[in-house]
Amino acid sequence: MRLERRVDISMALVVAAPLAAIASALIIAGFLIALAGADPFKAYKLLVVSAFGSRLSITETLVRATPLIFTGLAAAVAFRARIWNIGAEGQLYAGALASAAVGHSAVAMFPAPLAITLVILIGAAAGAILLIGPVFLRIRTGADEVVTTLLLNFITFLFVSMMIEGPLRDPDALGWPQSFAVDSSITLPLLVSRSRLHVGLLLAFVVALAVWFVQARTVFGLQVRAAGLNPEAARFAGISLPRSLLVVAGLSGGLAGLAGTIEVLGVRGYVTTDMSPGWGYSGIIVAMLGGLHPLGVIASAIFVALVFVGSNGMSRALNIPSYIADVIVSVSLLTMLLSLLFTNYRIRR
Amino acid sequence: MVVHDPKEMSSAISVTDVDIRQREVLELYKITKTFGKLVANDDISFKVYEGELVALLGENGAGKTTLMNILFGHLLPDAGQVAVFGREMELGRPRAAIAAGVGMVHQHFTLANNLTVLENVMVGTEALNRVASDRAGGRRKLIALAEQFGLAVNPDAYVSDLSVGERQRVEILKALYRDARILILDEPTAVLAAPEAERLFSTLRTMAQKGLSIIFISHKLGEVMEASDRVIVLRAGRIVAERRTRDTDQATLAELMVGRRVNRPVRQRSEPGRVVLAAEQLGFIERGEVKLRDVNFTVRAAEVLGIVGVSGNGQAALGHVVCGIDPPTQGRLTLDGATMESSRTTASAGVGRIPEDRHAEGVVGEMAIWENAVLERIGENRFSRFGLVNRKGARAFAAELIRRFDIRGGDVDQQVRRLSGGNMQKLILGRNLAGQLRLLVANQPTRGLDEGAIASVHTELLAARASGTAVLLISEDLNEVCALADRIQVIFKGSLSAPLAAEAADARTLGLMMAGVWETAQ
Repeated sequence: MRLERRVDISMALVVAAPLAAIASALIIAGFLIALAGADPFKAYKLLVVSAFGSRLSITETLVRATPLIFTGLAAAVAFRARIWNIGAEGQLYAGALASAAVGHSAVAMFPAPLAITLVILIGAAAGAILLIGPVFLRIRTGADEVVTTLLLNFITFLFVSMMIEGPLRDPDALGWPQSFAVDSSITLPLLVSRSRLHVGLLLAFVVALAVWFVQARTVFGLQVRAAGLNPEAARFAGISLPRSLLVVAGLSGGLAGLAGTIEVLGVRGYVTTDMSPGWGYSGIIVAMLGGLHPLGVIASAIFVALVFVGSNGMSRALNIPSYIADVIVSVSLLTMLLSLLFTNYRIRR
Repeated sequence: MVVHDPKEMSSAISVTDVDIRQREVLELYKITKTFGKLVANDDISFKVYEGELVALLGENGAGKTTLMNILFGHLLPDAGQVAVFGREMELGRPRAAIAAGVGMVHQHFTLANNLTVLENVMVGTEALNRVASDRAGGRRKLIALAEQFGLAVNPDAYVSDLSVGERQRVEILKALYRDARILILDEPTAVLAAPEAERLFSTLRTMAQKGLSIIFISHKLGEVMEASDRVIVLRAGRIVAERRTRDTDQATLAELMVGRRVNRPVRQRSEPGRVVLAAEQLGFIERGEVKLRDVNFTVRAAEVLGIVGVSGNGQAALGHVVCGIDPPTQGRLTLDGATMESSRTTASAGVGRIPEDRHAEGVVGEMAIWENAVLERIGENRFSRFGLVNRKGARAFAAELIRRFDIRGGDVDQQVRRLSGGNMQKLILGRNLAGQLRLLVANQPTRGLDEGAIASVHTELLAARASGTAVLLISEDLNEVCALADRIQVIFKGSLSAPLAAEAADARTLGLMMAGVWETAQ
């Protein structure tokens, strides 16, 4: 048995790859559910019902999907340019903290619409800076950004912890370490009444479309794609590699920062250190399942959110650990990598 | 039997003579291999005898390398069998091929630069569960082999310190160390200067005399005529002819290989005009290593300046500096009197550039033909407005190139990696030559191309010259430079010789100069 590179890769194969990956991840997790003493078919049915069965559960799933779309886009944009951004988690917290910090003074100085825009931009900028730094170091010194971005997550997290225990601490929070809340005039309006679903979801859709447009239709997108696929040829064609890497870093970090900002402005209103259950890392899985395509990211973010939200209901009803959601999502990354292998290669004999 | 004269020897082992040496050692039987729709090998059968030097002749893309990769187990054929010493060999496993006595020397060497010669040769030959490696035994065997076949190498030298010719000897020793009786060499002279190539072939002859069978892949007719006993000609995946070398001649083989007569264009007289490109005391240092030193030259309009030299004497650095990829560390380059800009602006300033390595630098293989056609001039108004790509304009431009330069293998949306080397080069040439050029820099423009593609590249270069373009041709191919250049300068260890007029230069003088013998030649 051996692998042989495929000459033609059909569109159908590219679309089938994530579907096959998800299907096999569900089968593998199904065995674990059976091992935990529950009927896998019943469990999966409950999972879907808990995530999509009611108005409330649908909105909750979409609330969960919103930050995942942003972090998924962040990973997809960076990976396409061969920047291995593992730091979306830290960039998310940086965005959240920055918007919480400037929220008050922005409201005091500007009218609400302008203040919202400003707060969002500052949150994105905070995330961007956190990735531009490591990428600059890579260009200058060759420092591996996998290591630097990963370690920055811990630094950022501790910094956030320091700030919300210190200068940004909300004195009215009864001793809980959380930042003071942003003014209600700059929180994002709800999309559906009597739910938590806010216009951040629409913003995520618009941003995904914009990213697609930039990648597919602009000179910048063309140059970045060339630089990612063949840096030497891009250099020969007169494209500045450091410049395109830094711009992509800003874009990717900014998207991750937005995930935090939008979560603060749309759902929580303040920052805590348990705000993100690993959305930054899940973004990597979302990006891979979405084939690094901005519109694919939307679909895969909704899928991952479905698993996370649905597994809560499922585990309550069947008394199996809700960790199964992490298992399903993580296994689907592994099966996706396998699917990608079989998209590019076929097995002979 | 003791025969000292190689000529006598080659007649002694010719195909028809009944001789003890006529033992059949290798048989390929009905080998077929397809990649998608492409039939790389179509029903190929032939035999190889003991003590024979067989040349596998064919153009790029004829299927030579595929066939040898099947023989060595890198690729699995769709159909067919291979027998070695009368026993069927398991296909698709290099280990089985090595065990059967087949050794292969790849075109791109497979040596670890950070290990010594002995370590490179021994790696993989000992069981992993041994406590200690038998260095002493390995060294004895290596030295014995080296002496037996005249392959002088220092077992303790690091591969990174060896010349290309020495590395090739290590590759051959690696195969011999594994007791190869049948040796396959893929384009062995592609990286060698003429004297080294001669030395290689005399070594191969010695090995054949000692009973080894050798198959070498080539598309160079001269060396095939000189070195082989028998020629197998491959074209488009099929064997089109099998000849004893002494019964055939170069012209016949050329026609068999290409399938038709190909004539390279002939340079017509032209009147050179103003100086377009001038290099003054150009120097380039890369990571502390001097790559170029005091380089001076001028290229005039309607003139081809040829820069010839053995690979690795600074051509790559010169190409990069002239193409604006790296700024010179000393001296300056002027284009029509003004200091030359970086690669960002050169394409739109009427400077055409053909990079040395078309796969690595010339194209982005995963991108479409139309994207590659406009990549270096995307900033021009006809290809983009306000930062948005004008896809219609870019596609139309690419379609025009495909039509005008006869690029085959797909439409404008085809991925470039699917094109053959010749068609890729036509795309690169085409995107440069589509408008009027002031200067064209061509670095190894025909490397790895087949005869038909070489002729069309040469035609285009001469057409550019006729239209008044200044052409700087950097090449390792002496014949190419002699055929195209009006003036020739030799590059050796980063320095350039004084220019020679093409009429005054002959292959012998240039050959000596390429080996660094300037004083006697001038």
